[in-house]
Amino acid sequence: MTPVLEGKNIVRNYFLPGGLFKKEKTVHAVKGVNFKVEEGKTLAIVGESGCGKSTLARIITMIDPASDGELFIDGKKVDIAAGDLTPEMRRKVQIVFQNPYGSLNPRKKIGDILMEPLIINTNTPAAERRELAMSMLKKVGLQDVHFNRYPHMFSGGQRQRIAIARALMLKPRLLVLDEPVSALDLSVQAQVLNLLADLQDELNLTYVFISHDLSVVRYMADDVMVMYYGEAVEYGSRDQVFNDPQHSYTKTLFAATPRADVDTIRARLARKNAAIAS
Amino acid sequence: MALLEIENLVVEFQTSTGTFRAVDGVSMKVSAGEVLAIVGESGSGKSVSMLAAMGLLPWTAKVTADKLVFDGRNLLGMSGSERRKIIGKDMSMIFQEPIASLNPCFTVGFQIEEVLRIHLGLGKAERRKRAIELFEAVGIPNPAERLGHFPHQMSGGQCQRVMIAIAIACNPKLLIADEPTTALDVTIQKQILDLLMRLQTEHGMGLIMITHNMGVVAETADRVIVQYKGRKMEEADVLSLFEAPKSDYTRALLAALPDNATGDRLPTIGEIFKQTSEGAAQ
Repeated sequence: MTPVLEGKNIVRNYFLPGGLFKKEKTVHAVKGVNFKVEEGKTLAIVGESGCGKSTLARIITMIDPASDGELFIDGKKVDIAAGDLTPEMRRKVQIVFQNPYGSLNPRKKIGDILMEPLIINTNTPAAERRELAMSMLKKVGLQDVHFNRYPHMFSGGQRQRIAIARALMLKPRLLVLDEPVSALDLSVQAQVLNLLADLQDELNLTYVFISHDLSVVRYMADDVMVMYYGEAVEYGSRDQVFNDPQHSYTKTLFAATPRADVDTIRARLARKNAAIAS
Repeated sequence: MALLEIENLVVEFQTSTGTFRAVDGVSMKVSAGEVLAIVGESGSGKSVSMLAAMGLLPWTAKVTADKLVFDGRNLLGMSGSERRKIIGKDMSMIFQEPIASLNPCFTVGFQIEEVLRIHLGLGKAERRKRAIELFEAVGIPNPAERLGHFPHQMSGGQCQRVMIAIAIACNPKLLIADEPTTALDVTIQKQILDLLMRLQTEHGMGLIMITHNMGVVAETADRVIVQYKGRKMEEADVLSLFEAPKSDYTRALLAALPDNATGDRLPTIGEIFKQTSEGAAQ
């Protein structure tokens, strides 16, 4: 079976032109990354800000071209720099952004937001567009009455549902989720994660899940890639990475994640009491 | 004796659809050298109750309380100028968005020296010396050079360190940290939390940590207050809260952590909480 997404030695450099007093500079944002995701699976990309994970997301979503390397989507080689990308290819990958407060146009109604991808990419007649949008709205747990409302009338969790609905309107094969729950509360986060898991089962979607929250990654991912300064320092199945991290950065990352279990609290309180006693 | 004592605090806002009660009868006590965490989702009134204690709410807010005492002084009915002598000096606050809460028009050095000038009345050379000391204390490399930088030249973690340096500039008795690490990476979050805990033990400060991250609570707090829709649902020491939560809401909150996931799906707060009698009463 061909994997839905495959990247071979993906490189991305940003060139900063020099000025009168500044030397020109090349920033190596992604330095040769390999990955492969099978249908219906989730690849999680973990790393701190500036490690190149969002740059990689832009390359996968075909927004930016890679400087070097090969990207295959559904077994087909993609090269946007060559400019021969068909609308069919574009429809296969959609993205959900981090901040649902910034990614929805405040002057458009929810219905229009959902129908817009169809207007741009397909020739679906108006009545059918409306029907598709309505059914998608229900699929993500909202109701008919929400169709004519504006984004400001919704909570953060509901907005993220709308953003997910919009991404699914074109029936993509691959969904890139760029920190989809980091702006949400714990209680709402659980709902959105459940929704994503439900949709994956129902539509057999493939996810690329970008996050810096390891507890969320452990819950969602099949495979995990840890990035550090543009390099994939660790790549493997979830259990492999979580149970036996190889690279020192992965270990640092695990050590830095606050743990909410009773044993950790006991150990900390014991340390504190010992410090006070001495 | 408690450092900050709040009894039956109520904060109301007038809106076009009637009065909105953001904080509904919350009481708490913090002693010197104690770390209190206030947990809750957005809209639970955790920030508003602390802003009320600081006196930083806009005039549209109506604040009432049976008791609002800081360090033996009654904050209720205190004049603005009296209050300004306390806040920022004995009682200071760190805000959530480090980059947004610094003034982009002034260097960080100016902003930290401003506090030292107003509250401590230090001279120019002394101010600079103290500012360098503070930057060293919060772990900013090249402090002397960094003083001349503007906030946009620094990273989020560095800005948060500057915020902390400003907050502890006058050795406060009580430090309120409002989601100090929400905007930061986990590795930076760890550094900032370690820094806060170190400063707290060194100076014997009272520390109030406002957060919605249960992991941060587990790693820092001595005592925890759980708030929901402006009400206090539970107050317990940190170990008993995680071991045996008394309130249904706390139980639901802990169950929703992805760490504790057992099955295919996460239990959501709505599912668990609304079925209980406590949830139905809300």
